Amino acid sequence: MSIQVLVFYLFGTILTLSALSVITVRNPVYAALFLVLAFFSSAAIWMLLEVEFLAITLVLVYVGAVMVLFLFVVMMLDVNLSRLREGFARYLPVGILVALVMAGELLLVIWTKGAEKLPLPPGNPEGFSNTTYLGERLYTEYLFPFEIAAVILLVAIVAAITLTHRGRSEGGRYQDPARQVQVTRDERVRIVSMPAVKDKENGA
Amino acid sequence: MDMQMLTTLLWTVAKILMIVVPLILTVAYYTYAERKVIGYMQSRMGPNRVGPWGLLQPFADVFKLLFKEIILPSNANKFLFYLAPVLSLAPAFAAWAVVPFDDWLVLADIDASLLYVLALTSMGVYGVIVAGWASNSKYAFIGALRSAAQIVSYEIAMGFALVGVIIVAGSINLREIVLAQQGGIFDWFWLPLLPLFMVYFISGVAETNRAPFDVAEGESEIVAGFHVEYAGAAFAVFFLAEYANMILISALTALLFAGGWLSPFENVPLLAETFIAQPHAAWFLGKMFFFMFFFLWFRATFPRYRYDQIMRLGWKVFIPITIVWLIVAAVFVLLGWVEQGA
Amino acid sequence: MTASDLFIALPELFILVMACLIMLIDLYLPENRRGMVSFISVLTLLFAGIMVMRWQAVDSSTAQYAFNGTFVRDRMADVLKVFCFIVLGAVFVYAKHYLRVFKLMCGEYYVLSLFLLLGAMVLISAASLLTVYLGLELISLSSYALVALNRDDRRGAEAAMKYFILGSLASGLLLYGMSMLYGVTGSLSLSDIAASVAIAGDNVMLVFALVFVVVGIAFKLGAVPFHMWVPDVYHGAPAAVTMLIGSVPKLAAFAMAIRLLDNGLVPMQGDWMAMLTVLAALSIIVGNLVAIAQTNLKRMLAYSTISHMGFLLLGVLAGTAQGYSAAMFYAITYAIMSTGAFAVLIMLSKSGIEAENLDDYKGLNQRNPLLAALMLMLMFSMAGIPVFVGFFAKWLVIQAILDVGLLWLAVVAVVFSVIGSFYYLRVVKLMYFDEPETTDKVTAPADFRFVLTVNGVAQLLMGIFANALIALCVASF
Repeated sequence: MSIQVLVFYLFGTILTLSALSVITVRNPVYAALFLVLAFFSSAAIWMLLEVEFLAITLVLVYVGAVMVLFLFVVMMLDVNLSRLREGFARYLPVGILVALVMAGELLLVIWTKGAEKLPLPPGNPEGFSNTTYLGERLYTEYLFPFEIAAVILLVAIVAAITLTHRGRSEGGRYQDPARQVQVTRDERVRIVSMPAVKDKENGA
Repeated sequence: MDMQMLTTLLWTVAKILMIVVPLILTVAYYTYAERKVIGYMQSRMGPNRVGPWGLLQPFADVFKLLFKEIILPSNANKFLFYLAPVLSLAPAFAAWAVVPFDDWLVLADIDASLLYVLALTSMGVYGVIVAGWASNSKYAFIGALRSAAQIVSYEIAMGFALVGVIIVAGSINLREIVLAQQGGIFDWFWLPLLPLFMVYFISGVAETNRAPFDVAEGESEIVAGFHVEYAGAAFAVFFLAEYANMILISALTALLFAGGWLSPFENVPLLAETFIAQPHAAWFLGKMFFFMFFFLWFRATFPRYRYDQIMRLGWKVFIPITIVWLIVAAVFVLLGWVEQGA
Repeated sequence: MTASDLFIALPELFILVMACLIMLIDLYLPENRRGMVSFISVLTLLFAGIMVMRWQAVDSSTAQYAFNGTFVRDRMADVLKVFCFIVLGAVFVYAKHYLRVFKLMCGEYYVLSLFLLLGAMVLISAASLLTVYLGLELISLSSYALVALNRDDRRGAEAAMKYFILGSLASGLLLYGMSMLYGVTGSLSLSDIAASVAIAGDNVMLVFALVFVVVGIAFKLGAVPFHMWVPDVYHGAPAAVTMLIGSVPKLAAFAMAIRLLDNGLVPMQGDWMAMLTVLAALSIIVGNLVAIAQTNLKRMLAYSTISHMGFLLLGVLAGTAQGYSAAMFYAITYAIMSTGAFAVLIMLSKSGIEAENLDDYKGLNQRNPLLAALMLMLMFSMAGIPVFVGFFAKWLVIQAILDVGLLWLAVVAVVFSVIGSFYYLRVVKLMYFDEPETTDKVTAPADFRFVLTVNGVAQLLMGIFANALIALCVASF
């Protein structure tokens, strides 16, 4: 067993266990942290496949930004776990059924394609840059889908702002930073001239 | 495992230690320098009792912190409470793996090293958030929330600033980015990317939660923010992480915008042949210390920003500036005004 | 990518640029000038229509591919896009009045609608699984937000939530099916997929993939048993949005069915025919029966939509060029009919209250004879009464399935369309033979009334001159 295989199984195990924990642990903050761990382990597995750009981007985007905001929200929620667990037994049979069907399909994929028929991808040639390759593909072959995906993100922004932004309510007090920075000394400080004589009789 | 593998492993560990130990020492004397510099700026002496000129002060501080008790607040989440400082420190150290000190002096010269650094620095926020949540204290929690929002906001501007560097350098490898800046001080990227350079460095200050962006600590309103409940060694680890991150940001600024280990006097007619025009790791360290000094200078100069001002600066000023300058940089490269490296 | 690629996708690019521009213009318009946005949006549609017509594909055989075969422009795409523009233009005119009355006037409605249109155009012109999915998501995301446009309305928020969750589930299923297709065929291009599926022959994986793809299509069309979201969304969304969801996305969903099933999976026609048969029969039965029990016009129209989608599927499942063109004719006429029906609803609505109860239509003839006559034509057309265009639509799809020998299905369709005409005629009865409950005047701006009159009369004229549109649809396949 080469060291690569060992590393693969190590991260694979961590990934599976943390993914399982995401849905089994009771504390939502733990669940979010396990999801972070799951992302991290899958990034490590991608690293093994020599797709370092995707691996690092996964960490950068999902771990560094998305999950932070997720955690941000989850921490402030006071989730009532007992209510969430209501009806668990009732939905369990359906859930198990769906899970079995999915598992069966996965097995079918492996059988019809056959894991042994899929050789390991050949190693990349010397000097091959995964990042360059990805960039070239995205901006040539997949330009159109790439741009449409960008439009989808734009729509998401517009939609989110439409649904949440309520504008500035009238009469509220707001600071205008542009005016704040233009404040001059004369507006705030008044120099008072006092006689420079010490009052010795009452002096401290 | 055969013998060769073992030696490789040991050699790697040795190399890691060769980076980490000097780094910790730098942190120790950085704290000393901070107190001295700010002291002089405020017409004080700074530490001067322990050792000559107070030089042993950092060690006194370290020993004090190590011998103090770590107090676990009641109802705190024990596991996460202890995990948080580690989460904070690990990325701050791990990022150094790809920092090149010289053309040949780098622990791991990976292809996408700039992205790697960005990814790891973006993970440092977990230490802060987890610490704030696990402490079971509202001050800590508010500090954590402030910090999370702030770091996520400034990361965008920082990322865009780096995209500008990538456009001009034509590479996402730190070593190649430095090599693309050859030719003397006016060929470094700070000049064509001046706005990005400033945005990057200021965002770096914000990312490390340093003054004037230190609302996450904000001792006047939320005591000490996310690490209010930490004492002793656990606090020391947070402290270490913060300073290591400051040094990292300085090092990256030196690499990305100030030519790394390259000499500023390259191609200067009279000096070109002398040792002063040769690239050397010392140049890199010198530039790094130069930028580190700015962190201290800022702290002594600026009052703390209010929270909405921080958000405004990040979202409404920095992000638009970076986006505009990205286009400008791309036009520069397209017109050949700036020669793209690689 | 070359300049000619951009040229082929010129209408899409134009819509995208204009949507972004309108977003910016809206930002700087004062509150009382918001009507401008509506005007510019309609102009945008007009110019986009001219672009499509000016450089249209000549006939069905000359498909132009662009962007490495992810985008296709053929006869069907051009015809569908032009009708998208026409229907959306009418929707914009109607919506302006609605948004004014309900104090929802905002540029976002138009911007999101234009993005929805862009998604529909991408989907209509999709030649790869990627573009199918992205176009679909663009439509869905815009419509989720539009459904919740009236933020203070609990019903709207609830409908948007249901729509979002079920819609994401359906997208997930579709994506799962697509990933299996990609796994088996190793290609994302629909024509390549068709080629490799033909070679692959019987394959369990392909059947699974097909099931998921069909579920995705059925959900987007709102066919039984994936129709649960339709009544709630139609009911909960503001009428201007319901009208929109009933128009352009239906044309796009039809195109999606054709692209995926015919262009991509035509070798598996036998399999998907059987699945669609069940979906179509159930939709026609359930849609028509449940619609009878509704007292709310929006819900009634929702169930009527379900049954209409069943009819549309009849044409698709026939799997012949005749069937496809019949289904296309159905989709186009349905979009026009339902837009008109919702326009009548909007015109009757008063500030803050939508005229969604059937009782609101009592004695409409006495209050506004023209409006009642228009509603009569729309209802007759939906019921499929001869001379009106709805009749020809039903007639064509039934003929198409008779030609492939599905007699029993045709009988079911006819029987239930007769049963279904009950609830359309009930509206007519309320309008003409009941006494009005109020005597409030029914008014709307001139442009609204003009477009609505054209829309209603078109039901009759399109029926009389149906041949022109039929010829257009037939030429597409």
